[in-house]
Order: sequence, then C-alpha cells, then structure tokens
Amino acid sequence: MNLSSEDVAKVALLARLRLGPEELATYTEQINEIIHYVEQLQQVDTAGVEPLAHGVEVRNVFREDRRHESLPREQALGNAPKRNHEAFLVPAVLQ
Amino acid sequence: MDYDIIIGLEIHVQLQTESKMFSACGTEFGLPPNTQTDPVSLGLPGTLPVMNGKAFDLALKTAIAFGADIARFTKWDRKNYYYPDLPKNYQISQYDLPFSTGGALPIPERKDGGGGGSVRLTRIHLEEDTGKMIHAAGGLSEVDLNRAGVPLLEIVTEPDLRDPADARGCLEELRLTLRYLGVSDCEMQEGSLRCDANVNLHITKDDGSKVATPIVEIKNMNSFSAVEKALRYEIERQFEKWKDDGLTIKDAPKETRGWSDPDGITKPQRQKETAADYRYFPEPDLVPVEVDDAWIARIREEIGELPMARRRRFESEYGLSPYDANVLVEQGQDVADYFDAVARETGEAKLASNWIQQDVLRVIKEKRLPLADFPVGPAALADLINRVKNKQLNTNQGREVLAAMIETGKPADAVIAEGGYGLIGDRDELAAVVAATIEANPKALDDLAGGKKKPEAVKGWLRGQVMKRTQGKADPQLVVELLEARLAELGH
Repeated sequence: MNLSSEDVAKVALLARLRLGPEELATYTEQINEIIHYVEQLQQVDTAGVEPLAHGVEVRNVFREDRRHESLPREQALGNAPKRNHEAFLVPAVLQ
Repeated sequence: MDYDIIIGLEIHVQLQTESKMFSACGTEFGLPPNTQTDPVSLGLPGTLPVMNGKAFDLALKTAIAFGADIARFTKWDRKNYYYPDLPKNYQISQYDLPFSTGGALPIPERKDGGGGGSVRLTRIHLEEDTGKMIHAAGGLSEVDLNRAGVPLLEIVTEPDLRDPADARGCLEELRLTLRYLGVSDCEMQEGSLRCDANVNLHITKDDGSKVATPIVEIKNMNSFSAVEKALRYEIERQFEKWKDDGLTIKDAPKETRGWSDPDGITKPQRQKETAADYRYFPEPDLVPVEVDDAWIARIREEIGELPMARRRRFESEYGLSPYDANVLVEQGQDVADYFDAVARETGEAKLASNWIQQDVLRVIKEKRLPLADFPVGPAALADLINRVKNKQLNTNQGREVLAAMIETGKPADAVIAEGGYGLIGDRDELAAVVAATIEANPKALDDLAGGKKKPEAVKGWLRGQVMKRTQGKADPQLVVELLEARLAELGH
C-alpha cells in the first residue's frame, strides 16, 4: 500500500501541520517507507494473539477522589497568546 | 399515510466527584471562568493523567444498576481533534473497549396508558468533559476550562423510543435513578445532564411500501420539556418535508440541527470544516483497568432499591395507589425513606402518605428546605399520626400540633400539653354538648323541618357549632353520630 500526496496532505491538515510542496513530497516518501516497514511486520502470523492495549503490564492505577487548590487564574492564563481578564481568547469558531 | 417515530438518545452525565477525572482539581459548578484549573486540565506539557477511582466506581454503579454487561478489561483511547475546548488537542475517552455494553433504561408508563417497557442501551463509556466556549465580541471566543476534565459518562441508547413523551419520561427516570444512586445531580440547566436525540420516521405509504426519512440529530436541548418539544417539532417537520421533496435516508446524509427554545423550532447547524476523523489510538498515559467479580459484587452491594422497584413495593407492600407511590418516590430517596419509616412506625401507610404529601412536602416546598433540615423527623411525625389514629387528637388538631412542632422543634407531647390539645373522650359529655347546641339553635330545626335548606348544609352548620363549643376538641366522627342520634330523637 502507498499513500498518495493527497492522503499525506489530509493527515497533515488533521494534525495542523502546514507543509510546503517540497516537504509534502519528502514526507510522502518517508511515510511510505514507514508503511512498508509495517507491512513487513504484518507478515508475522498473529492469529490468536490479543492486540496490545498498553506497553506496560501494569493495571488499575487509581488515585483517591481528593481535590487540591486550583491554579491561580493569573498563572493559568499566563502563557495564553491572547487573553482577557478571565479567559483565553481564540478566533471565533462556530459549532 | 402512517408513520412510526424512531428515537435514540445520546446522554452525557457529569459524575458527582470532588475532583476531576485525571487530576485533583475541583469540579464545582458556576465558579468564575478559569478559577478551577491545574496543569493537567490545562494540558500543559509534562503532565500525566491519573484516573479518579471514585469516578470509575460511579460509572460501574450506573452500568450495574441498568443491567449492563461490565467489561472485565477496559482501556482508554485518545480522540484527536483540534478545538480550543480541550487544550491538549485530544479528549481521553473510550473507543473500542468501553467499560459497559448492553443493559436497558426503564420507560415509565404514561398517564394516557402508553409508555412502559424499556429502551436498550448500546454502550456506556467514560470520558473527560471539555471546556466551555463563549462567543465574545470582535470575532473572538472566550475559553473557560473550569469544566475541562470533569468525569463524564456517555450513555447511548438503541433507537427503541417511539414517542417524544417516552424520551422525556425515560430521561426523567434516568435522572431520578442516578440521584438515588448518588452518581450525578443531573441538572439539565447546569449541564450536568445533557441529551442529544437522533430521530427519523418510518413511513408506510398508501401502496403499503415503506420509506425512512433522513436521520436528524437534535442538539441544544436544555430542559426535559425542550427534549419533548424539539422531538415533536422535528417529527412534524420531517413528515412535511418528506411530503414536499420525497427525500429518504438513502438520498440525504445525517443532519445536525439545533433546538431553539424561544423560537420553538430546530435549525440546521453548521458542520465543522473538516469531516470528523478522530484517529483514535490507545492512550499511552493511562494503564488499562481490569474489573473482577469482587469489585462488581462490592458495587452491587452499594446499590439500594431503585425508584422503579420502590414504586412497585409501595403499591404492593402498603397498598398505595400508583399516583401516591409515584409522588413519594419521585421526590427523591430521602422523602421515600422518610415515608417508609413513618409507614412502618404507624402501620398506616395511607395516613402516612397523606400527611407527608399534604403537610411535610408542602412545608419544605414553601420554606425551600431540604428534607434533612425539616425539624420533624419520621419518628416524631409517626408519634403524632398515632395520636390522631388513636383519637387523642382530631385531624385539625393534629395539623395545628404539627405546625407548632415545625415552628418550635418540640415533640408532639410537649406541644399538646402546652396548647391544651386533646379530645373530649367521654361520650356522654359530648352528647350533652350536642343536645345543648341543638337547643340553643331552634332555627336550625325549623330549617330542617321547612325543607328550604338542604339537610346536609344544616347538619354541617350544627357540627361546626358543636366544634366551636368544644373549642375544636371533639372527634368529628363521634359528633356526626351523636348529632344524627339526637336529631332522630327529635323527629328529624
């Protein structure tokens, strides 16, 4: 299987990556190499093997339902590129 | 032409926890924007989520209560999307291995005889809530992340509902049940219960062939009545539209429409620019969860009697009417528990139900008190009802005594002693008062003999006079009996 440059452009859009024509060509080639490698892995017979849900064998990690103090609002908003006195500001998005 | 209405619901419920799903940040509703955040809710680099154990317990409780199958192995997935309501650009959710599948929500019976039965659940899964976007001036939106990361249950039903009233009834029963379970406060106005509905029509044409209209998902319904109204509107709209353009489910994709409560209509909603492609993958920052029998058994034990079962028991154990049983159960668990205690203590369920509905519930509504703050506990009310039952007080006196108990917080015997309440116990004494009352009112006898006034009205008036003479300290039933006897002696 090969991804076309249109496929790669779509994935880039979903990931909010802005790619120029040259980058698109480079990444299309690279991503296809990765896919070919995965295709090689897929030749291994995995019948009867459960898909791996997680890389470590640890299960059931929970914390108690306790709350701590909130971050002060000034700090919470501290890194915002655009803000007012109480909220982050972003370009209007219509739902 | 006839049609069947096909409705399925997608419900979101905020879980009642102190802290968010993946961090020890508070979950309180209604705080000023962005005053309930922490590095995890803000999606700051280098933070890691840790699952809230109580949120998982509450989720299990819900699923077990609705008879769902609990997955023995469940995991978390990333749902990737770029929208500023979650700053880390993905939502932690459950994709292919939700913790619960199957089960059913009960549909209450309707007053018109319809309803009843249940709607099957497709699945229930856990996810984190998103922040809130508020559209501001100047082409900008404000982002408030107080809600980001609050634990959320998504409950998806099969398209089993056939009537907007059942959709509403089913949601109201869900709210009652989740409140009984202590899982959520389910306030639609506050967004702790949210519901979207999928609806379309299966139309049988005059020639007997069947067609389905395109499916519409309705969003933005902010109350139980809005759910019912929006569905009614949408059904009508789809039918008219189909008669007009004949488009079926095969011709048109699913459409999302928003309910506008002030206008009473649904309006098409703009779709997000790119088609949803969430590229789910297993969440590497959270380990999977394995649920064993002991865990399920522990949660099962925490589940008390649910509202449906309680209504049935109130009818069968106490002989209450379905109406009374429902009023007591739908007020919430505390009221139903209160009734249970008073009914058992007095052995008079019907009396207990009347006193609670007419006196206790009226007062807590007027004073806007939670039942826990109502000054007369179930044992004290039972004591008072027993006194009325044993004819130590009549009902009017009982009401006055209860009012004084509520006012002062004193027990019934203290109020009775101070107020000099009690009934004339001696039959002869009361008979003498009855005789004296009749003698003092010869006009009443003339009225009875003259036939101008209805005998019942005259007798009622005489009963009032007897009660007045005894300062209300007479057993009304005994007054009726003695009055009839005396009037009969006098030839009336």
